[in-house]
Parts: sequence; C-alpha cells; structure tokens
Amino acid sequence: MKYMLLLYVPPEGRDHPDAAGMEAWFGYTRALQEAGVLVAGDALQGLEAATTVRVRGGETLVADGPFAETKEMLGGYYLIDVPDLDAALAWAAKVPNAPYGSVEVRPLMELPAEVPA
Amino acid sequence: MSGPLGEDTAVARAFREEGPGILATLIGQVGDFQLAEDALQDAFAAAVATWPRDGVPDRPGAWITTTARRRAIDRLRRERGLADRIVRLAHAAALEAAGDEEDPGEPPPIGDDRLRLMFTCCHPALALEARVALTLKSLGGLTTAEVARALLTSEPAMAQRLVRAKRRIAAAGIPYRVPPAHLLPERLSGVLAVVYLVFNEGYAPGDGDRLVRGELCAEAIRLGRLLVRLMGDDPETLGLLALMLLQDARRGARVDGDGAAVPLDRQDREQWDRGRIAEGVRALDEALVLRAPGPYQLQAAIAALHATAPEAAATDWAQIAALYAELDRRAPSPVVRINRAAALAFAGSPEAGLSLLQPLVSDPRLAAYAPLHAAHAELLRRVDAPEAARAAYDRAIAATANAVQRAELTRRRALVA
Repeated sequence: MKYMLLLYVPPEGRDHPDAAGMEAWFGYTRALQEAGVLVAGDALQGLEAATTVRVRGGETLVADGPFAETKEMLGGYYLIDVPDLDAALAWAAKVPNAPYGSVEVRPLMELPAEVPA
Repeated sequence: MSGPLGEDTAVARAFREEGPGILATLIGQVGDFQLAEDALQDAFAAAVATWPRDGVPDRPGAWITTTARRRAIDRLRRERGLADRIVRLAHAAALEAAGDEEDPGEPPPIGDDRLRLMFTCCHPALALEARVALTLKSLGGLTTAEVARALLTSEPAMAQRLVRAKRRIAAAGIPYRVPPAHLLPERLSGVLAVVYLVFNEGYAPGDGDRLVRGELCAEAIRLGRLLVRLMGDDPETLGLLALMLLQDARRGARVDGDGAAVPLDRQDREQWDRGRIAEGVRALDEALVLRAPGPYQLQAAIAALHATAPEAAATDWAQIAALYAELDRRAPSPVVRINRAAALAFAGSPEAGLSLLQPLVSDPRLAAYAPLHAAHAELLRRVDAPEAARAAYDRAIAATANAVQRAELTRRRALVA
C-alpha cells in the first residue's frame, strides 16, 4: 500500500537545520531508498511562500498565505510503498521531525485502473 | 431429527460458541473484515433455513466454516469492481482449491486466528471506543444490539461505529496479524486495557441494564481466559485474569436488596464466589512465579488479600498498603494514592496516610473529586481532628452528585464528635 507521510513542524522548528540536522534527513531518506520503499519525497518552502486558491461562485480568489492558521505547518512529505499500516507507522516514527513535530500517515486512495465513463 | 426449536438452539449455540473463531479464520482467508462477516451471516442464515429440514450436521462449526467460505467466494465473484475483480478472483480460486484439499475430518486450528483478530480489533490506530465495540462484536460473539446496549448507545449508532471501524481497518491497511516481537509488549498492554475496560463497563454498578452488564463481566473474563490460553506465560495477562476473577467473585454481594452499593467491609462474605476466588488466586500464583510484577498483578494481589481474609477485621492492611505503594510507583494516579492512604490508616498509621493526601487536597484540579475529600475526612476523624474532618466532609458532600453517597457522607459527618 502507498502511504503519504505528511511532516508537520512548529513554525520556529524548521529554520535552516545545521549540518547534523541535515545529515539526519539525508540519512533517513537514504534508509527509505535502501529499503526500497521510497516513491517520492520533498521538503516544502515556508508559509511565507504559500499562496491559496479558492473558486467561489465561478470567481477565482487568490490569497497570500496558507489555507489555515495552525500551530504546526506542513513542512514536507514522503510517499512510501509498504505492506501495511504498521510498516508505515514504523517509518513515520523515524522521521527526523517526529520528536518535535508530528507525522500524519495517510494511505493513498486506490482508484480503479479504468475510470468509469 | 429434533424439532424446530432444537435446530434453532443448535444454530444459536454454533453462533455464540463458534462464530468468533470461524470469523477469525475467515478474515485470515479472505483478507477482508466486512466480507468475512457478511459471509458468516450468510452461512448462519443458510443454517437456519436448512438444518430444520436436513438435520443438524455432525460438526456444525465445520459446516458453517465451509458454507461461509463458499459464500465469500460467491460474493467476490459477484460484487467486486472490474479492476479489483481479476486480482480478487485469482485469490478466490486459490482459496477454493485450498478448501477442496482440506481434510474434512480435521477442524481448522483457530487459536492463532483469534489472537490475530484480537490484536487487529485492538489496534492503536482505532479509537478506543471502536476497539471496545469491535472486540465485543467480533470476539465476544455479541450481536450489534447487545453491544449497543452494553455500551449505552443506540443500535443504529453502534452499527455505524462498527461499519466505520471495519472500513478504517481496510482503508488504513491495519494488518491482520499478531504483532512482531518488538511491538508485542506495547500492543499487548493495549489489548489487556480493552479487555479490562469491557470488564469495568460491566462492573461499574448503578446504571444501565443489570443483566447485560453482568454478562459483560463474564465476556471480559472469557476473553481474559482466551488470552491466557493463547499468550501462554505472560505475567500481566495472567494478572489481569486474576484481577477480574477476584473482583467478579464479589459481584453478588456488592449491591443490597434496595440496589444500594455495599462497601467491602460490610459485604456478606458468604455470598462471595469461592470458585472464582480459587481460580483467581491460582492465576495470580502462576503470574507471580514468573517474577515480572506489573500493575494488573499488583491490583490482583490486593484483591486476593481482601478475598482471602476470613472477615473484614482480619484483612492484612499492612501488606495491602505496601502493594499500593508499589502500584503508586509504577502507575501513579490520585485514585491509587487515596487507596494507599486509606490502607495505611487501616494498618494503624492514619498520620502517614494524611501526609500522603495533603498534596492532593491542595491540588485545585482535584477540588471537585469527592472520593478524595471523603477519604481525607475519614483520616482526619481517625486522628481526632473533628473540625477539620467536618470541613472535609462538607467538601465531599458538595462535590457528590449521587444522592445515595451524599446521604452516607452526611450520616458519617454527624458521627464526628
């Protein structure tokens, strides 16, 4: 099953990790690759770079900033392919931000191969 | 061939006794909680329809298992979507072949399947209330209506909760297995907590339907025995079973003819279930030999000291206080602290009990916690501090919502000279 690990961090917690901090992320990503479970993964730029789009009554509304003010912000993601939730939870617990942020584990919706006409 | 009532009873008995085990096996075979449950329902419906005509089969459980597996295969062929169907059908074909090879004389070993089902129903990714409901429904063999009644909710709401939980198991990819060794200790403690929660739903007196709630205690004990059988020598699993048996032994004596709660020291010990006490003490002894004490074993040891005292006055309070001290160290809580203080007072050291309570009494978070103030008042009375005792009784009375308890506290306050 494919799972998205959504990595949330407190806004003050993500600024420019030091060399040791970066090595933790590289090491974790390498571990995912070596286990053959990594599908994709990226870090996101900060909230100051976010733009939110809504369409209301046919009109496109573009706004500066994230969709909602929350204590934690989405800082990045990994997409992994593992047998079950326990395997996904084990990887989630090892994400470097788990000790100070949180990791939401969401299975991808499995859509049928053929889209019904 | 017996009459219709006989067949109904045979079906009902097969449903209650063998249903959970068969369900566990089916989930393992078809890999889908809901499909297995639907197929099992189909098989029992078929039993109700055919057993009165053809007679009850020699091995009802095997008949139900085979029928349910065939129904599951039929449903797979009929219901699945196009993309899904090819994979599923390959699985169904393998399942069918396996079913044909199965020796009809040998019932399937269901122990491991039931353990898998238990860990799946109690997975920490499910909400606690869903874990309790699923465990009762799938392993307790209770109907949805019975589970709803036991957990004090409506049948439609419970049906919804169960459907959501089963969907979540499938959608989130919760595995159907006994967790690997490195996860086992934390997962097992979660399973034990659910079983004890089921027990306490039944044990807590006062509200709901008395009959079903008594059955919940019995159901939790049955699950506890099953776990002990499946987990072998796990000290806390044995400890939990011992604790439930020793508490349940007092069930008949805990409420008087008017429905009021009877405190431990005034219970009629003749009414305690000696068989349960003996079994509980045996399970506790088995646990203690393994030399890995934990909170359930400590609580069971306390319950055993109460249960084996010939009369209230002969209770070994010093040892109970020592056990509460150990419990307080391992699983601290205000309730444990209060019990420890009371035990110290009964053991002859109310001053030591009072000094334990002092930090709790001045904790604003516990200002409305009636049992704390009631215990405080009792201890103050024992050290002959009547004014402080009366003030503590007043706090307890103000914090009590229950009329019976308020009357009892008022009676005790009046006794303070």
